[in-house]
Amino acid sequence: MNTESFLDELSRLYPDEKLLTKPAQLVTYESDALTSYQVRPMAVVLPETQEEVIQTVRLCHKFEIPFVARGSGTSLSGGSLPVTNGIVIALNRLNKIIEIDPKIRIATVECGVVNIDVSLAAAQYGLYYAPDPSSQLICTIGGNLAFNAGGAHCLKYGMTSNHVLGIKAVLPDGEVVEIGSASLDSISPDTVGLFVGSEGLFGIALEVKLRLLPKPEAYRTVLAAYPSLEAAGNAVSMVIAAGLLPGAIEIMDELAIEAAETAVQAGYPRDAVALLIVELDGETEIVDWEFASLMEVIEESGAGEIRVAENDEQRLQIWKGRKSAFSAVGRISEDYLVQDGVVPRSKLSHALGEIERLGDQYNLRVANVFHAGDGNLHPLILFDGRDPANLENAEVLAGEILKMCVNLGGSITGEHGVGVEKLEYVPTMFEDADIDTMIAIRREIDPGELANRGKLLPFDK
Amino acid sequence: MKHNIPVQDYGQLASEMADAVSQCVHCGFCLPACPTYNLLHQEMDSPRGRIILMKSVLEREIDLEEAVPYIDHCLGCLACQTVCPSGVQYGNLLTPFKAYSETVRRRPAEERFSRWVTKETLPKPARFRLATQVAKISKPFASIAPTRFQAMLDLVPEDIPGAERLPSTFPAQGKRQAKVALQVGCVQQVLAQKINLATLRVLSKNGIEVVIPSAQGCCGALALHTGDMDTAFNLASNNLDNFPKDVDAIISNAAGCGSAMHEYPQLFKGSKYEELASLFAEKVIDISVFLTEIDLEPIPPLENQLKIAYHDACHLSHAQGVTREPRELLGKVPNLSLLPINEEDLCCGSAGSYNLEQPVIAQQLGQRKIHNILDVEPEIIVTGNIGCLIQLQNHLNQKLQNTDEPQLNPPVMHTIELIDQAYRNEL
Repeated sequence: MNTESFLDELSRLYPDEKLLTKPAQLVTYESDALTSYQVRPMAVVLPETQEEVIQTVRLCHKFEIPFVARGSGTSLSGGSLPVTNGIVIALNRLNKIIEIDPKIRIATVECGVVNIDVSLAAAQYGLYYAPDPSSQLICTIGGNLAFNAGGAHCLKYGMTSNHVLGIKAVLPDGEVVEIGSASLDSISPDTVGLFVGSEGLFGIALEVKLRLLPKPEAYRTVLAAYPSLEAAGNAVSMVIAAGLLPGAIEIMDELAIEAAETAVQAGYPRDAVALLIVELDGETEIVDWEFASLMEVIEESGAGEIRVAENDEQRLQIWKGRKSAFSAVGRISEDYLVQDGVVPRSKLSHALGEIERLGDQYNLRVANVFHAGDGNLHPLILFDGRDPANLENAEVLAGEILKMCVNLGGSITGEHGVGVEKLEYVPTMFEDADIDTMIAIRREIDPGELANRGKLLPFDK
Repeated sequence: MKHNIPVQDYGQLASEMADAVSQCVHCGFCLPACPTYNLLHQEMDSPRGRIILMKSVLEREIDLEEAVPYIDHCLGCLACQTVCPSGVQYGNLLTPFKAYSETVRRRPAEERFSRWVTKETLPKPARFRLATQVAKISKPFASIAPTRFQAMLDLVPEDIPGAERLPSTFPAQGKRQAKVALQVGCVQQVLAQKINLATLRVLSKNGIEVVIPSAQGCCGALALHTGDMDTAFNLASNNLDNFPKDVDAIISNAAGCGSAMHEYPQLFKGSKYEELASLFAEKVIDISVFLTEIDLEPIPPLENQLKIAYHDACHLSHAQGVTREPRELLGKVPNLSLLPINEEDLCCGSAGSYNLEQPVIAQQLGQRKIHNILDVEPEIIVTGNIGCLIQLQNHLNQKLQNTDEPQLNPPVMHTIELIDQAYRNEL
């Protein structure tokens, strides 16, 4: 590979202001939201058209230069960490909402469109885009696709993969393909299913067709305080056992409540050891009926204070608190690692107890804020990054928690992806043969392993 | 976020800078709130990107000269601080960083000259008045001036009011409820003394006696925000010396000045003025907040329904956290309704002397703001800061000049002017 000629050709593709090569420009792209990893790329490009992205990928293929596609850099697993001697393709200017078709309820958007902007554009038709990762005000659809983003409401509505109908993508060799269709199921192999959640290994999605849903007619959002995480965990099982399927069921512990409450004054009861948030949504009559049933369950579940959002403003404030919780933990700790393990819902209380025990064992504080309804845990391990031993300790603890999740029959990642952060735990979940198969498929599409090298699957050249 | 800033090398405010850096978790929640990121979509022009830049410069990892253009792009609107879930005090990093960078580098001649012109005119009312008159004569030649000076000329209003002196005290009507001092603002005195006069009338009407210390000077905001700490220090200490201590409050009716005066404790940290600065800053209060804290004399109902748009000045909303009070105050005018505007948290591009130094970005933000405002078809546009007021008026004028279509032309005024006019049945 010849870096100089590559940069020379790249500069013919981009004017100076869209090709970043100075240290002060590159340093700002060294990390995503996982700052314990930093890699300075060779260059960053800021394409404004799909054609520029395609030409860039072709150039990378020609010169065998690895590339990383980056949206808003909100990955918590290092999913958009640059590669040394590679380039970053920053897609934030590819942010056109191409079409909203209210009749067939499909939005066609470019990959750099921010998640919430899809719902804002669809609102005039009474529609919205359901997947709502906590970073939905910032993160882009391209990144959501690559990491199969979830969110609080995927308990009822599913993950990103349940909402992507079609993708126009540029493969790592520069070929442009269109996969999927306007229908959720199609007769050909499920290539959309393969692409979504592949962590960028199969190239860059340029344009995406997203399923839109009618906005729920009514919401009921309930906060319930519990004396322990276990009690809150049991309440989740009781809600589900009662035959209810709320839009979201979330739990936050003391530390998370304190942080979120300080950050946005969400109106959470401050003295709760664990806080349960349950949101019902749907048609008014059904929601009313479900609400009565939910309140019965919650009253029986040993909850202390119970609050119900009285209006949309209060409801949004509750969610603002929940969705700011990760970042808000920055107020109570120098650094933190967000984990993303999944356990079967029936093992929730057990898993929470284990996390507490492990935290004590490693002498580290752990804050918990998670999607309880689908068993997706987000333990936040608090540490002080100025002390290398402290970071190492936190990483070991994170590993222990992930192994526990797998042992309980769960997964090392619910929605944040493997990225670089959980790479070494992939073998705890998959047999060698599984991993070899994944590597084989990847190399079939990208023999040079140029696209998002070193994420999801190990790079060992 | 971990950093290796050698705190001992950067003096008094180094620990505040370092704290802001370590508080940041690089989550990106600041991106959508940042005006420059909204326009440019690149990390260097985002709050978290600038934090990385300032951190890297202080760590001596990257060259200051390479970082400066992006730091200069920052409006200092502090919208990022409002939305930051981790509580990063971005302003505590930005202001000392600018002070540091201005001491170790030399700007190109044209920049130095324009900064000198700004510094030597805006904060000095007599000189500024003269300058605006020169500028008015020069307006026809704007097209041949360098961009920076074109921007300056653009902002000079067509009508510059004559010099009107303010009294040294203004008595309370009826029973005296409180005694306050008024900070009159240097630009405001020249371009819109009427705002100060309206303030005096409304306060007096509500039984408030007002002292206007004649020896007061510029609050120091422009110097503070361009890293000229010596000038800021001198101007601020002059105010500490010359404002009376026996008043219940120090009223500010210019968001930029109010915000800067709240920064005095940081400016004087470790100096002999430290305690005085804290006492002073505690008393500084925006006129809109002050009027919601007293029993306001009832405002007579307007004859006709009036729909207005309120524009949040960043130095009120983001820097001082004041968004509820001006709306509450305006809500006390019977028959007045407030129209919510799109992107209300986004800066209008005025930002102190920013529209003089970064005219391209300021221009785009100004156009965007006036577009959002006119979209809701207000009958009056109201804001709490002279800088925003001039910027909005300028972009409204531009819009009128550049179209043959019928165009709304609502008056632009300060919140206190509207309240004053409502009291006087002039609306």
